[in-house]
Amino acid sequence: MYWNLPNNHRKSTKKDLVGNSSLWESAMQNLQRFCVTAAAAAAAAANTAPNLNKTLIHRLSQEHASLWPTSLQALLLHSDAATAVGGLPARVTIYEVGPRDGLQNEPKKIPTDVKVTFIDMLTAAGFQKIEATSFVSPKWVPQLGDAKEVMAKIRRDPAVSYPVLVPNMQGLTGALASGCGEVAVFAAASETFSRRNINCSVQESLKRFEKVAADAVAAGARVRGYVSCAVGCPYEGRIDPKAAADVAVALMEMGCYEVSMADTIGVGTPASMEAMLTATLSQLRPDKLAVHCHDTYGMAIANILTALRMGITVVDSSVAGLGGCPYARGATGNVATEDVLYLLDGYGIQHGINMDAVLRASEYISNALGRPNGSRVARALLARRADASDAAASKSSAASVVGPVKPAAVAA
Amino acid sequence: MLTAAGFQKIEATSFVSPKWVPQLGDAKEVMAKIRRDPAVSYPVLVPNMQGLTGALASGCGEVAVFAAASETFSRRNINCSVQESLKRFEKVAADAVAAGARVRGYVSCAVGCPYEGRIDPKAAADVAVALMEMGCYEVSMADTIGVGTPASMEAMLTATLSQLRPDKLAVHCHDTYGMAIANILTALRMGITVVDSSVAGLGGCPYARGATGNVATEDVLYLLDGYGIQHGINMDAVLRASEYISNALGRPNGSRVARALLARRADASDAAASKSSAASVVGPVKPAAVAA
Repeated sequence: MYWNLPNNHRKSTKKDLVGNSSLWESAMQNLQRFCVTAAAAAAAAANTAPNLNKTLIHRLSQEHASLWPTSLQALLLHSDAATAVGGLPARVTIYEVGPRDGLQNEPKKIPTDVKVTFIDMLTAAGFQKIEATSFVSPKWVPQLGDAKEVMAKIRRDPAVSYPVLVPNMQGLTGALASGCGEVAVFAAASETFSRRNINCSVQESLKRFEKVAADAVAAGARVRGYVSCAVGCPYEGRIDPKAAADVAVALMEMGCYEVSMADTIGVGTPASMEAMLTATLSQLRPDKLAVHCHDTYGMAIANILTALRMGITVVDSSVAGLGGCPYARGATGNVATEDVLYLLDGYGIQHGINMDAVLRASEYISNALGRPNGSRVARALLARRADASDAAASKSSAASVVGPVKPAAVAA
Repeated sequence: MLTAAGFQKIEATSFVSPKWVPQLGDAKEVMAKIRRDPAVSYPVLVPNMQGLTGALASGCGEVAVFAAASETFSRRNINCSVQESLKRFEKVAADAVAAGARVRGYVSCAVGCPYEGRIDPKAAADVAVALMEMGCYEVSMADTIGVGTPASMEAMLTATLSQLRPDKLAVHCHDTYGMAIANILTALRMGITVVDSSVAGLGGCPYARGATGNVATEDVLYLLDGYGIQHGINMDAVLRASEYISNALGRPNGSRVARALLARRADASDAAASKSSAASVVGPVKPAAVAA
């Protein structure tokens, strides 16, 4: 492993670990020591490209020297990715999947009007991408059998895109008939998952979607790709990073403008995310990629942070952390949008979303589904709000608005 | 069960008046009855001299003291200023060390305070230094109300590491806002090698009704296992302890990893029990439309 983590064979000094400028210096030292050409190329790029992803180069400098020439070249090509201080993007786009991936995996079916209200609330909250539904047979996904009605009734803000999932040509036809300007297709990085999930091999599924993508593009629609089971599969376990990267490339080649790498069952960790993204970024630019993390094992926020550090700027998430996991009964599903926003706000990364409006939508859909809110941030903020209201309502001037205080013994 | 799972440090109880913390009023009995593995340390929290006396009488070899990085939190929580609390604990620490016990320090509200909001990284660092100077062998920087983010953790640790070595520090993250794992990862990258956590993610947050508390040990182990970082803990044994304590408390398990792994186990048992050779052990498959 080449991270600055404990138990690494490479001894790291405190100077190495603190602050991104130190990372750059140590990267340059490594490169200088072992490959003068690579060091010169990196230094030259640093002078000419203000958005050079220095964190990525630092990471690279710790890999085997034989990888540097090609990897460094690829990296320098990607240097136009916008970066803020600390090797993180200045701006992130949230791709909201609550109405589709969220509702699709909820046990309770909700009425069309509730979905429409939910989507309209999301539009009002500032999302620029809201995956509204899936044009799939209700035989398979009863929760989303009203795709046509939903698309007909939602308020479509001209500055917002409302992508819809299309599992086949029939779905595309329905989507285009509904005036959808963006569709999403998918393929699995795992053969077994592909066969069990959609009854065909990965190759076959890519071939089928090639036609769907071509027709979509011909009709003037944009196409987004998903790579399912990009890090782990319920059947195969760990997925080879190269397999995920290859599927991403195939989706890109058939006309997708962006590919979202999905940790479908949430088993990914920062370690496996990093490996998968390294393989994928060796073939595709960071601005062509997104990450779609499920929070089944509580790793999603850390996984997303890892992706941001590698130059990814589009993050899929669901308000209220909707959806479950069909492979782990009772487990959680999509990472919660509110939690992602909280992470981004901590860094001052721009996202354009209004948290208060999101909380309203979050509470609305959780109530409609009759389930506890799946977002920790939402639960915490809504609880604080409730406490503040209670305190105000009780009209007690001595009441603390921050809740009960345990005297004398509440330590850490 | 925790001793059997391989933990080397298990904070067993707090010698505090049951008037304040009724849940831990049986500290003396607990220390008398647990099996103490010689290779394991069982630190106890001691909020004052009386607590230390009780701890030493129970043969405790390690005690923990604390001070807040926030003045307001200190006054509201223990009715005295940070300076006063440090002075009180200086005596406790000195007596503990004289009695041959080790002392661990906690900095509460190290990144955020329910009253003051954002905490100045320097304030947290200063309290850590004060605790170290009074004889603590290690200081745990605690995000008491879980409001920290990787950004604020990094700022706080940068300030603290400018004064203390990484091997003297630990992080104690609460998962109230779901940031704990990312915060811990940030700390690990900065050289911290001790992480506080609770099996089953126990504890709530008195400052956010219904919110979650300590980061779950199982979740931390899962993060570490992903990197191949050694920790010496047996996950299966942890899951048993996790299930046990959640049942005893009559609450859902607070660890996502535990919930996921226990659910997979239950599904596997069900499949085996139904003796159907065609049954998939991985649960229901949604044909044709389960994408990302």
